[in-house]
Amino acid sequence: MSGWFAPGTWNIALVGAFVCAVIVFSVIRSRRGAMVAVRPLPPLLALDRAVADAVAGGRPVYFVAGSQDLDNMQTVAALAVLRPLARKVAEAGGRLFVPTNRSLVMDNAREICRRAYLDAGRADLWRDDWVAYISDDHLGFVARVDGLIARERPGLCVLMGFFASESLLLAEGGHHVGAVQIAGTASAVQLPFLVASCDHVLLGEELFAAGASLEGDAARLGSLRGQDLCKLAAAACLVAGSLVATLADVTGAQPWLFLRDAFLNVFRAG
Amino acid sequence: MSGVKQRVPQIILTVVALLLIASAFVARPEGGSAPLGPRLLAIADQEFATWFSILAVFAFLMGGLNLVATHLAKIRERGPDRFYSLVTLVSFLVVLVIGTAKLGGPPGLQGDVTAPGSWLTAVFDAVLSPLHATLYSLLAFYIASASYRAFRARSLESSLLLGSALVVLLGRIPAGRHLTAWIPEPLAFLRVEELSLWILRVPNTAGQRALMIGIALGVIALAVRMIAGVEKDPRSGGDGS
Repeated sequence: MSGWFAPGTWNIALVGAFVCAVIVFSVIRSRRGAMVAVRPLPPLLALDRAVADAVAGGRPVYFVAGSQDLDNMQTVAALAVLRPLARKVAEAGGRLFVPTNRSLVMDNAREICRRAYLDAGRADLWRDDWVAYISDDHLGFVARVDGLIARERPGLCVLMGFFASESLLLAEGGHHVGAVQIAGTASAVQLPFLVASCDHVLLGEELFAAGASLEGDAARLGSLRGQDLCKLAAAACLVAGSLVATLADVTGAQPWLFLRDAFLNVFRAG
Repeated sequence: MSGVKQRVPQIILTVVALLLIASAFVARPEGGSAPLGPRLLAIADQEFATWFSILAVFAFLMGGLNLVATHLAKIRERGPDRFYSLVTLVSFLVVLVIGTAKLGGPPGLQGDVTAPGSWLTAVFDAVLSPLHATLYSLLAFYIASASYRAFRARSLESSLLLGSALVVLLGRIPAGRHLTAWIPEPLAFLRVEELSLWILRVPNTAGQRALMIGIALGVIALAVRMIAGVEKDPRSGGDGS
């Protein structure tokens, strides 16, 4: 097997395998009936009320799945939120508009929404042009969507996925027409802008848990528990690593130095 | 039949994902002496990237066709937005013709469509860039209005946000430094530029790292769910069918 492994990647493979094993174990456990309690996410709790209010006011609901293609995990996570949202809007008898800036996202979003309206028994309401391709150019996309928001005055704007500078342009567009705004992104740079301008925000990892949390099937909730266990392990490693590094520096004793080097080797970036 | 329709994409996803993950940990083969496995994985890695590019080209065609169909329908329906649709369609077709015919630039298949002097470059420089700059400049006003709402000291959290933002702001401008220049050297860490740096380096970095760790775990969990077939196909129905 010599010549197979890329040098400097064994530690990432080790940590990755551990994380995957914990998540798979949690999924299997919850499939076998173990109860999984998941902290309710406030932005998702606000979704039902916001959809009901928007539809009751005769205003549409807007959903933007970020500005990236399907090869970005944030877009995949955003589409996982779209299905339950589309179903809620369909059940309430409302109009859901999904502007997209990638054709593959458009194709998937259209199928998701069409299916959701069908499942809710409101296929008669659905129109294919409610999911539209606007432009790959992110500023062109924003110009069109902000224009539509200003003219159609949606009651709820949901912004999920990866955003660059368009996050604030879209969020402020929605704010100026008085729409309830629920956002979620794992883009650390854009989070402060969304927090400042939206009513509710899913922070970082919460975006990846949102779809599972909304639909609540046991296996997916189990993976969230596995994710939390890994986070607990990461926090424990951080505390232990800090203690070991401090003790190694203060005492200079060989066992602490050895442990510190071991920590550094396991957790160094490839 | 619908079971097969569901299973085939899932099998393709699982196999491709596992191959791509494996290729990230396998040594890049150098020369013909490398084992067959790493060579095959490296080829698969390259090929999948090419296939994605090919798919993206077809997807772009699909997007263009959808754009034309949507706006044609709007013009035909004589809705209130039909003039915007007309502008969009005309712009789209004009730029398409300019780019395809390579007007004003070197002709032929090898001719660079973005060469200086070509009409496409002129459209980019004279129309698209100013429009981008105009839209981008709105950010300054939007940041001000969003910050005003976020920084109102209505709760402990927003007060902390306001306080730290003020310190960072003062620490980054020359006038701010003069405010606390009188603080003696032994207490220099209380000067506003030092406090500003501390906020950026310690609490900000700690928060960012915690966020990044959570995001990484979230991405892995979603990937595991997709590879294992636990994550529902978003296009399937509520019952997963």
